[in-house]
Amino acid sequence: MRNKTIVIAIVLLASAAGLFAAPVSINALFMKQAGYQEEDIIGGTRDFQAAFPNINVNLTFVPYEQLEEKIITSAQAGSYDVVLSDGPFTAKFAQAGIVKSVPPLSAADAKDIFEGALSSTMYKGKSYGMPWLNDCKYLFYNKKILQAAGFPNPPKTWEELAAQAKVIRDKKLVKFPIVWSWAQAECLTCDFTVLSAAFGGAMFDKDGNPTLTASGNKKALDYMVASLKDGLTNPSSLELTEGDVDSTFIKGDAAFALNWTFQFAEGQDASKSSVVGQVGIALIPGSGSVRSATVNGGQPLSISTGSRHAAEAWQYILYMSSKDFQKKYPKNALPIWKSLYDDPVVIATAPEVVKIAKDQYSYLVNRPVVPFYSEFSTDLQVRIQECLQGKKASDQALREVQAKALELAARK
Amino acid sequence: MIDIRRQRLSEQRFAFLILLPAAVVIFGVVLFPLGTTFVYSLQNMELISEEKGKFLGLLNYARVLGAPWFWQALARTLYFSVVSLAVETVLGLLIALLLNTRFAGVGLLRVLVIVPWATPGIVTASVWRWIYNPEYGVLNAVLTRLHILGEYRAWLSDPFLAMNMVIVADVWKMTPFAVIFFLAGLQFISASLYEAATVDGAGVFGRFWHITLPALAPTIAIVAVMRTVEKFKAFDIFYVMTRGGPANGTKVLVYEAYLKAFSNLQYSIASTLSYLIALLVLGLTVAYVKALRRGEMA
Amino acid sequence: MRRGPAFRTVQYLFALAVLLFIMAPVAWMVITSISIHRDIITVPLKIIPRHVTFQRFVDVFTNPENEIAHAFLFAMRNSLIVSASVTLVSLVIGSLASYAFARLRFAFRSSLLYLILFTYMIPSVVVVMPLYLVLSRLGILNTRPTLVLLYLTMSLPFVIWVMQGYFGSLSKTYEESASLEGCSRLQVLWHIYFPMARPGIIATAILSFLIAWDEFFFALVFTSTLEAKTISVAIAEFSGKHYVDYEMIAAGGVIAALPPVLVAVIFQKYIVMGMTAGGIKE
Repeated sequence: MRNKTIVIAIVLLASAAGLFAAPVSINALFMKQAGYQEEDIIGGTRDFQAAFPNINVNLTFVPYEQLEEKIITSAQAGSYDVVLSDGPFTAKFAQAGIVKSVPPLSAADAKDIFEGALSSTMYKGKSYGMPWLNDCKYLFYNKKILQAAGFPNPPKTWEELAAQAKVIRDKKLVKFPIVWSWAQAECLTCDFTVLSAAFGGAMFDKDGNPTLTASGNKKALDYMVASLKDGLTNPSSLELTEGDVDSTFIKGDAAFALNWTFQFAEGQDASKSSVVGQVGIALIPGSGSVRSATVNGGQPLSISTGSRHAAEAWQYILYMSSKDFQKKYPKNALPIWKSLYDDPVVIATAPEVVKIAKDQYSYLVNRPVVPFYSEFSTDLQVRIQECLQGKKASDQALREVQAKALELAARK
Repeated sequence: MIDIRRQRLSEQRFAFLILLPAAVVIFGVVLFPLGTTFVYSLQNMELISEEKGKFLGLLNYARVLGAPWFWQALARTLYFSVVSLAVETVLGLLIALLLNTRFAGVGLLRVLVIVPWATPGIVTASVWRWIYNPEYGVLNAVLTRLHILGEYRAWLSDPFLAMNMVIVADVWKMTPFAVIFFLAGLQFISASLYEAATVDGAGVFGRFWHITLPALAPTIAIVAVMRTVEKFKAFDIFYVMTRGGPANGTKVLVYEAYLKAFSNLQYSIASTLSYLIALLVLGLTVAYVKALRRGEMA
Repeated sequence: MRRGPAFRTVQYLFALAVLLFIMAPVAWMVITSISIHRDIITVPLKIIPRHVTFQRFVDVFTNPENEIAHAFLFAMRNSLIVSASVTLVSLVIGSLASYAFARLRFAFRSSLLYLILFTYMIPSVVVVMPLYLVLSRLGILNTRPTLVLLYLTMSLPFVIWVMQGYFGSLSKTYEESASLEGCSRLQVLWHIYFPMARPGIIATAILSFLIAWDEFFFALVFTSTLEAKTISVAIAEFSGKHYVDYEMIAAGGVIAALPPVLVAVIFQKYIVMGMTAGGIKE
C-alpha cells in the first residue's frame, strides 16, 4: 500500500515538474558558409522555439575550420549543448569523452537514412550523433570538352576516364584534363578514400585493423602516380584544395574533377563561372567489380559532454534533422532521408544533382572510424605526397603508413 | 646610518608597490593554467588513452626528446627563426638609418613603413598565400611578365621553398617592428658625437661602425630577444598559409604542439612540448643577455 | 652633415626599393579588394583590373543583409576598444614596473624579470585548455574585459622588458639632481623619465596596440558572439569550408589596417625627435 502511494506521489511530482518546466536555454554551435545558410538555421530554430516554448536556443556560427577547436576547448565546460561535428571526429570524440552518446534511432528511421551516413556516427556499437548535413563527392565533367573530344557520355570506370583524358589532352582541348585536390590536407585523404574503395581496397577492416598494404590501395596509389606522370593530371593538384579545384573547373581549365556538391552550384553561377550550362555531374567511376565509390563528407549534430541539458539538446537535434526541416531547405544541403529524394519538391530544386545523389549516396564510404584518425590521416597525407612527388615507391609508402597505423592502434 | 637603511627599505617597499599591479595581472591569470599544463606534462593526458591520468614523471619529456619529429621540428623552427631574424634585423637597421635622415618624402615613408605591421596577421598570411597562388597568383604573373619565369609555378608545394616563402611573408610583416625600435633607439644618440667623429675624419661607414652600432647594441639585443621569442611562438602565419605542410616542411614546434593538442588530443605531449619550447627560448634569452653584458664590459 | 651626391643617389634608390617592397603587397591587397572574382583569376593577369567594384566596402558599412560583412563593423569596434584598453593599461602598469626593474634595487630583481619573461615564452596554444575552463567557471567567457586581461598577459612582459631597457640606458644625472631638489620618485618618473624616453614609449605603445590588434587564437577560442569578437576572428570567417573568399579578406584587411596606421601617423613624429640636447648618453 505504502509503495503504491510513493510511486503515485513521485509520478505526480514528476508530471507537475514537467508541466511547470522552467524555461531552459541551450547553446548551439553551427557552421558558416557551407551547407544550410544561417537564415535557414535561424528560421528552423525559430519554428522549433514556437513548437517548444520552454526551450530557448542561442546560436553561434563559426567557419568550418574552427569547429574542432571550439568543440574541444568548450567540451568540459559545456559552453555549447549542441555542436556540429564532422564524420572523422566521431571516433576521437567518442573515445575521449568529448561528446555524449545519444539514444539509438527507431528501426524505421534508421532504414530511411543512408547507411554510410548513419555508420559515421557510430563507434563501438553506440551512437554519438545524428546525421544532419549530407555531402559526398561526385564526378564533375565539362560537357563541352567531352563532346568536342567525341565522348557523348562520361566514363564509367577509372580506366575509361584515363583513356578519355588522354584523348582530350592529345587534342589539346585542355592542357591538363584532370584536376584533383591533393594538397597535404584532409582533401587528399578524401580522394584516396574514393580511389581506394573504387579499386576494391579498404584502409581498415571491419574489426578496425589496418589493411593499408591491400592490393586495392596500391592500385589506387599507382593510378594517381600514373595520371601525374602521363601528364593527365594537373601537377598543381599537389597544392590544391577543393576550393581551388572548383576555381579551376569553373574557369574551364579542366575536363574532369572530383568534388563536393557545392561545385555544381558554383559552376552554374554566371557571376563566377565560365562554364555555365556545361557542368556535368555523374557517378564517380569504379573499377572491375566495383560500380562506384564516394567519400562521406557529412556532418552530424552531437551533444557536448559538458552539456547540462542533454534532453532538450536531443529534442532540438531531432527537430533540426527532421524531414520537415530538411524538406524546406534542400537547395543548400541535400537531405539525409532516402524517401525525400523521391519528393517532387526536393527534386525540383536541382533535378540533375538530386537524381545522381540518390544513386551516389548508396556507395558512401567512410574515412576510417578510429580514434587516432587525425594522426593517421596526417601520416597518410605525407606518405602519399612523397609518393606522388616521386620520392617513394607506392608499396613502400603504403608499408610505412601501415606500420604507423599499427603503432597508433597499439598505443594504449 | 638609520637613514640609509630606512631609505633602502622604503625602496624595497616602493618597488613592491609599483610592481604589484603587473605581477597580479601576469601571474594571476597565467599561473593556474601554467601550473595545470605543467602537471599535464607529468601525466598521461592523452584523452583517447585508457590510462588517462596516470602519473608518468619525466617520461613524457624523455619521449619527446627521443622522438625524431621533435628534432625535425626543432631544426625547422631554428631555420625559420635565425633566417627571418637575421634578415629583419639587417633590413630593419638599414631602413631605420634611412628614416633617420632628412629627405623629401621621409615623413610619408615613416608612416607607410607601419602598414605591413598594422595589417592583421590573418590578413597578411592570406594575402601572401593569394600572392603565391600557383594558378592565379600575382607573383607568378609579374615574374612571367618580366620574363624571369618561363611559366607559372607552385611556390608552396616544395617543403624547403615553402618555408622560405613563409619567411618572406613574415619578414615583410615584421621588419617594421625592428625599424620602429631601431629608429627610437637612434634618437638616443646625440648628434654631437657624430659631429665630433666627422671632424676627426671618420667617413660614413666609420661613423656607423664606431658610434651607431655600439650605441644601438642594447636596442638590438632587446629586439633580438623579443623577436626570437616571437619567432619560436609563431603560429598564426603557419596556421593560415601552409597548415604545417607540404610534407611537414613548415611544421614548426608550436604547430606540432597545436596538432598534438587539438588533432590528436594528446594534451600531455603538447604540454611537454610547450615547456620544452619555453625552456629553449629561456636558454637562448639568458645566452643573449650574458653575451650583451660581456660586450658592454669590453 | 654633408653627404656626397653618390651617397644621396644610393639613399634615394634604397628608399624607392623599400617603398616598393612595402607597398607592392598592400597595393595588391587593395586591388584584390575592389576586383571581381572573374577578373582576378584570369591568366595572363591584368594588374589594373578591368572592372572595379566597391560593393564589398559598401556592404561592410551599410548592408545588414550581408551579415558577414556587416558584422565586421562590430568586430572593429570590439578590436578598437580592446586594443586601446590594453595599450593604456600596459603603459601605465608596465612603465611603473619597468622603472622598478631599471632603477630600484630589491630582492630577486633579476629572477623576477626572467620569470615574467618566462610566462611570455610559453606558447599560448596549449595553455588555452585549462585557461578556458577557469574562465568558464568564472563566467567571463566572451566578454571584452576578458580579452583585455588575456592580452595584458602578452603585452606586459614585452612592455616591461623593452622599457626597462630604455630606462636603464638613460643617464642617471638628471634623476640624481632632481631627487636632490626634493622630487619624489614618482615625480621623477613623470617629469623626467617619460619625456626622455618618449620615443621608446611611443614605440612600445604602438607595439602594445598591435599585439592586441593582431591576436587571433585566443580571440577565436574565447569569443563566440559579436559582443566580443575581434576583427581577426571576423576576417578568418571569410574562409568557408570549401573556398577562401580572398577578395573579402582583402577588403577586410584594408579596413582593419587603417586604425593602426592612423595611430602611427599621429605618433610617428614623436618617435623621431632631434635629441640634440644631448642629455642622454654622453
